[in-house]
Amino acid sequence: MPSPKRIGQIGFGLLSPKEIREMSVRKIIWADTYDDDGFPYPQGLMDLNLGVIDPGLRCKTCDQKASECPGHFGHIELAKPVINVGYTRLIRKLLRVTCRSCGRVLLSPEEIEKVVGTEEDQTGDLLSEKDVKKERICPHCGEQQLKINFEKPTTFSEVVVEDGKKVEHKLTPADIRSRMEKIPNEDLIPLGINPDVARPEWTILTVLPVPPVTMRPSIILENGQRSEDDLTHKLVDIIRINQRFKENQDAGAPQLIIEDLWELLQYHVTTYMDNEVAGCPPARHRSGRPLKTLSQRLKGKDGRFRGSLSGKRVNFSSRTVISPDPNLSVAQVGVPRAVANEMTIPVRVTTANLEELKGIARIGPNRPDVNAPCGANYAIRPDNRRLRLAEGNLETVADMIEPGWTVERQLRDGDVVLFNRQPSLHRMSIMAHRVKVMEGRTFRLNPAVCPPYNADFDGDEMNMHVPQTEEARAEATILISVQENILSPRFGGPIIGGIHDHVSGMFMLTHDVRWFTKEDALYLLKHTDIERLPPPGKVEDGIDYWSNKQVFSQILPAQLTTVFHASSCQNCDTCKKELCDRDAYVRIIDGNLEMGTIDKKAIGAFDGQIVNRIIRHYGMRRAAEFIDDMTKLSIRGIMLDGFSFGIDDEDLSKTEYGQIDEVLKNAALDVERRIKIYEDGQLEPMPGRTVEETLEMQIMQVLGKARDLTGQIAGRHLGLGNSAVLMAVSGARGSMLNLTQMAGCIGQQSVRGERIIRGYDDRTLPHFKKGDRGSDAHGFIQHSYKGGLNPTEFFFHAIGGREGLVDTAVRTSQSGYLQRRMINALQDLKVAYDGTVRSTGGKIIQFEYGEDGTDPTKSAFGDPVDVKGIVESILKEEV
Amino acid sequence: MSTKLNVLEHVMVPDHKIMSDEEVTELLTRYNISTDQLPKVYHDDPAVKSIGASADDVIRIIRTSHTAGRAEAYRLVIKRPKK
Repeated sequence: MPSPKRIGQIGFGLLSPKEIREMSVRKIIWADTYDDDGFPYPQGLMDLNLGVIDPGLRCKTCDQKASECPGHFGHIELAKPVINVGYTRLIRKLLRVTCRSCGRVLLSPEEIEKVVGTEEDQTGDLLSEKDVKKERICPHCGEQQLKINFEKPTTFSEVVVEDGKKVEHKLTPADIRSRMEKIPNEDLIPLGINPDVARPEWTILTVLPVPPVTMRPSIILENGQRSEDDLTHKLVDIIRINQRFKENQDAGAPQLIIEDLWELLQYHVTTYMDNEVAGCPPARHRSGRPLKTLSQRLKGKDGRFRGSLSGKRVNFSSRTVISPDPNLSVAQVGVPRAVANEMTIPVRVTTANLEELKGIARIGPNRPDVNAPCGANYAIRPDNRRLRLAEGNLETVADMIEPGWTVERQLRDGDVVLFNRQPSLHRMSIMAHRVKVMEGRTFRLNPAVCPPYNADFDGDEMNMHVPQTEEARAEATILISVQENILSPRFGGPIIGGIHDHVSGMFMLTHDVRWFTKEDALYLLKHTDIERLPPPGKVEDGIDYWSNKQVFSQILPAQLTTVFHASSCQNCDTCKKELCDRDAYVRIIDGNLEMGTIDKKAIGAFDGQIVNRIIRHYGMRRAAEFIDDMTKLSIRGIMLDGFSFGIDDEDLSKTEYGQIDEVLKNAALDVERRIKIYEDGQLEPMPGRTVEETLEMQIMQVLGKARDLTGQIAGRHLGLGNSAVLMAVSGARGSMLNLTQMAGCIGQQSVRGERIIRGYDDRTLPHFKKGDRGSDAHGFIQHSYKGGLNPTEFFFHAIGGREGLVDTAVRTSQSGYLQRRMINALQDLKVAYDGTVRSTGGKIIQFEYGEDGTDPTKSAFGDPVDVKGIVESILKEEV
Repeated sequence: MSTKLNVLEHVMVPDHKIMSDEEVTELLTRYNISTDQLPKVYHDDPAVKSIGASADDVIRIIRTSHTAGRAEAYRLVIKRPKK
């Protein structure tokens, strides 16, 4: 591979008419493409000199076949010059800064020097339109200048004062071109134009290059009809108009007709270059679809740069819907047999694997079931000829295989693949998994790896890529396998861990003390890797019992010691520790859960205290094993009792409903009382607020308190026996606020943090009196989701809900664009061996990575050594 | 009379110092770089102006850091290009 070279500079210039004619191999004069026999017309748009796309024909210019000929440019001689839309800005500037008579820049040498700088010190600015005063007199020839008007897309005109009236006098491209020709070379340099490569008159086209056929190939539809490329269509238009223009000109047509044709030619050339110019209706296909012309090919997401050069479609990849499977390891991915049969890994045949690969080749392309050994789809001979393995030739090909061949073997269990879900926002969005071939049509994954991918199973699709070389597979396993990515570099904690049912299940299993018979204990642990039960925790009536904490301890590493507070901890002023009545004080000594409930704080994604501790003491692999065991145990734990949530779980008793009504009635009265005070003019405004604002704040506060109170009343009735409460307390899903809204009272709906005020004159809806400031007239919903909303409440709820939707829609698009710009700026930076962060050119960005050279995944919350953790594991008590 | 603010005295402005030629040579050999691979700072940057540095000087900036406590950075003074 040649060593990379540094680019010194890039020069930009214009193609001169001379250059266009020189590079052209053929003058194009006919608008037709192919004759009736399907053969290209000579001097037509598909002329054989421009290159060939039909197989079998040879290029008349280079005598090569369709696959080898790169294509050659032709040209069209335009009847009259037209403006190149890409340069209208430059043309406007030049017309405004140069003299209409002598072509010199409208500034004296001293004035130029003031802007640009002296001969030696050229550090100043380039001349701009602003440096030249409008309608001044030329300092070189004394000509009075006229105002130049520019109308999008391509019209220029001079403003002439006639009889005290301003009259616009149109400039034709020919006029402009002759003015450009008059500008002397020396005057172009202070304008930022290098006259050697870009004379200004070249921005006005007199001859148009015709791109090679190879970049606008025609396609043959199923019905045998030819369909031409958009560019060819546009060129046909240009040639037709050009032809008509010439004929009219030669026949001496009236000026009016000539001008119309000139404008039409200008329109076609403009849309040929850019079909999205402001002030110009886009040229359309017969079907009404706008044509994709030159600029559209390059621009935007699917353009040449972002679509074909920065990003491409790849082979050896597949995509399908994902679904969960808690019995898989987090490091595995379930691959459908149909996918595994299609995707291959090339294996070099050696004397050591000859027999094995012959066996694989004999199985062929159709693996009968997931447990059968994998087959192969292709065998490649040493001369790189591919032999497709098919039902008929399996034996023959397999017998031919010998060392030096390559067999493209199908995927099988244990192969390394990359797994990805878009948007790929962080490095955990692509991780390496081990294949497990399965029946069905979906990719299967352990729900514990959903958080890093941000995946759920409501129809999400994911991509899989198969590394093709030994190096790629090694790199994938060592750097990006799932167990290497349990810790997120964002906050240094585990991002893979229990979600939803794992957390509920663990909470139900480990909360308080329960005793299991041998049968139950083995049922819970049977899918984990443990081999024997510990001595029973208690023996009653000759029956052995194991406690729930003992069962959980089986999946912990033997020496693990840690003490922490569970998610269900209430943060009491003085912690009762061992005597905690919520069993939220977790103490694990020597791999034994002595007390406490295992919930989100212990095993959840983003928290995962235990997972974190295992990684620090036993490494990533042991942590992955723990997560596997934990998911299996928790699913068994939740299945032991069963877990469900229904509408009647939100039911309260008569007393609670009475209390809630009372609270809401009092709140409404309180609001009314405050409004009364306000209307009487007695309300004392808070510092820095108006009286109205003070009232609004008071009302919001009163109603907010009322809602919280209903929540407390509901919470009193619903204990841990309620599924929603259990989920909220364990941290699995939802919060007590959600429960309040379901069972108690939904509360105030707001737009931009204020009560709903918009609507009709002085009222939100026609259901209320004008000027009503009461709670229900401004979006307070006193019912619960269970109880049901009345029509006005429902409408207010829709208003509040809409705001949330708009917010998320705006936020995602904004942050997406921000992320794109940031990644473009950071993409090639790396940490060099000396600890500096450098760009590809070796330029230093940071002298020490992150100023402290620390990898967040390897540090303990910013500190190099986890002192607290070490002391705790030695003393075996909380510090 | 207006009193001119010296930005260097502001609490949030870190310590700027012009480096001597020997220090610069040492710096360049330590990181095995040429001056144009250093981060840049414009000559009209208020802090640069007030320590009197001019183009092609290298300045050392010592600032307090959230992560490291104290961090050193080096910047090459360059002329601000006009637009």
